[in-house]
Amino acid sequence: MEHTDARLVRPLPLMDGLAKQFYDWCARGELRFQRCTRCGAFRHIPRELCAKCGSFDSEWARSSGRGTVFTFTIVARALHPAFLNATPYAAVIVELEEGVRILSNVVDCAPGELEIGMPVQVGFERQADSVTLPVFRRC
Amino acid sequence: MAPTPAPASTLKDAACVVGIGETAVCRKPGSGLSEMALQLRAVAAALEDAGLEARDIDGILPFPNLGRAEAFAASLGCENLRFAATLNLGGAAPVAALRMAAMAVASGCATHVLVPAGWNGFSGARTREISATDSEAIPGAVVARDYYLPFGLSAPPHWYALMARRHMHEYGTREEQLGAVAIAMRKHAQLNPGALMCGKPMTMADYLASPMICAPYRLLDCCLETDGAAAYIVTSRERARDLRQQPVSIMGAASGQPYPADDIVNRKDFHRTGLTSAAPEAFAMAGLTPADVDFAQIYDCFTFEVIQQLEEAGFCRRGEGGAFVEHGGIELGGRLPVNTHGGLLSQAHLLGVGHVTEAVRQLRGAAGARQVADAEVGVVTGWGDFGDGSIAILRRGA
Repeated sequence: MEHTDARLVRPLPLMDGLAKQFYDWCARGELRFQRCTRCGAFRHIPRELCAKCGSFDSEWARSSGRGTVFTFTIVARALHPAFLNATPYAAVIVELEEGVRILSNVVDCAPGELEIGMPVQVGFERQADSVTLPVFRRC
Repeated sequence: MAPTPAPASTLKDAACVVGIGETAVCRKPGSGLSEMALQLRAVAAALEDAGLEARDIDGILPFPNLGRAEAFAASLGCENLRFAATLNLGGAAPVAALRMAAMAVASGCATHVLVPAGWNGFSGARTREISATDSEAIPGAVVARDYYLPFGLSAPPHWYALMARRHMHEYGTREEQLGAVAIAMRKHAQLNPGALMCGKPMTMADYLASPMICAPYRLLDCCLETDGAAAYIVTSRERARDLRQQPVSIMGAASGQPYPADDIVNRKDFHRTGLTSAAPEAFAMAGLTPADVDFAQIYDCFTFEVIQQLEEAGFCRRGEGGAFVEHGGIELGGRLPVNTHGGLLSQAHLLGVGHVTEAVRQLRGAAGARQVADAEVGVVTGWGDFGDGSIAILRRGA
C-alpha cells in the first residue's frame, strides 16, 4: 500500500463559505473581489460586511487582474514540507488597480529580477479538482 | 490615525514586579521535561526570588496554548485562585500581562499574579513548522490557511520578511543594518553566561555569509528555537514594599493591535503595528518620553522587527531605525542599549518573558557584566501574531 505524507501535499484553502466563493471564481478564470453595493468599496480578504460603511450587501466584482508588486520575499529554504521542491519561490503581495492587495506568487520570473513596483497580471493555476489559485506574471 | 486615548493613569506605579525566575536554556538534547514541568521550575524560582509561597498566588496569566491556569494552580497548590486569563497576543502576551496583572492587583481582583511561559521550542514542536504541524495555532488562522499557506507563506520569517522588504524599499534600510541588530544581540550574549550564544561571537562577515532563509532574512536574522521557561510575579506597590527584593514599578503599560490584525496584506499603513498606538499611550501613562529611557528590551523575533519597534515606539522616527541601530547605537554604551541579555536572537526564545525578567534584573542593578550603569527606567516590548504589540515602562523602586 502506498503511503503519502499528507504534509507533502500543497496546503489548499478550505473550500467553504466566502473562501469557496472567491476560489470558485478563480476556477472560472476570473479574479473577483467583494465590492460593497452600498458604498462601492472593494475588499479582500472576503468578509461578511463592509468595514467602511457596515453594509452586509456585496457583489463579486471582476478585477482587471492588473497590479504592481507591493512587497515580496524569496523563500530559499522551505519551512513547510509541501514546498521543499518549490524553492526558490517568490511570495508576493500584489496591489491591484482596484486598490486591494493579495498574497500570491509571481511565476515565470527569476527571483533576482523581481522588484517592488513591477507591473504584473493575474493568471490561474489549477491545483486540484476543485481548487484553482490566482498567480501573477510579469507584464 | 486616531488620537491617543487617555492613558490608564490610575494604574501608574500601582503595581510592581517582585519576583523573577528562569530555567537554564538549551537546544540539544532538549530539556527532558514537559512544558508544564519546565514552566513550574521557573515559577518555583520566581517564588523563591520574591520570598512568596505558592499558596500566595491567587492570579495566573498563562501564555496562549502552553498550559491552563487550572493546571498551574493544581500543581502549585494555589487553593485560592480567583483571577485567571490568557491574552491571545502571541509573543506580545507576557508584556501585555504586565498591565493585566497591574489591573488585577490595583482593583483588588488578585493579590499576587503569576505570569509564566516556557516551552520545548527546540526539542518539541518547532515554530517554523507551525503551519505543517498545527495550522490552528497560526495567527489569523483562517486567513492564513485560505489565503497565505497555498502560496507558501507558511512561517513567521515569511510574514515579517514582507514587512522588512517594504521598509528597505521605502526608507533605504540596508541589510547591514539588519545585521547590526543581530551583532548587537550577539555581543550582549557574550556577557551573559546563561545565553545560548555566549562564547560564539559574530561578525558582519559571519552575518552576511549566513544562508538565506527568505530574503531579506538570513539565518542570522532569525531568533533561536530553544527549550526553556521564565516567570514573573506582580503585586501591589504596598505589598511590594514588604517583600524580599527591590521592587520594580510598572509606570506605564499598554497593548494594541494592527488593523486588520488577522491580515498582514491589506494594512493601509503597512508598518503600523499594535505598538504604534500602545507606545504613546504607555509613555503618557508614565509621564515620560522615549528620551527618558535608560535601556530597552525589544521583542526580537527577527532583526527587522527590532528596527520597526524602535520606530513605532518613538525612539526614532519612521525610516530612521536602520541608522539608529548602526555604529553600536543599541549596544551597551550606545544611545539605547537593547536586549542586554542577548534577546531571542542570541540568548534564548523565552516567549518574551525573558525580556521582562532581564528588565527587572537591570533595574535591580543585578545584571552583572552587562549592567547598564545607573539604570532607573527601562522599556520592554512584546510582538506577536502578525504585529500585535505591547509595551511597559518600568522603574526602579516602589
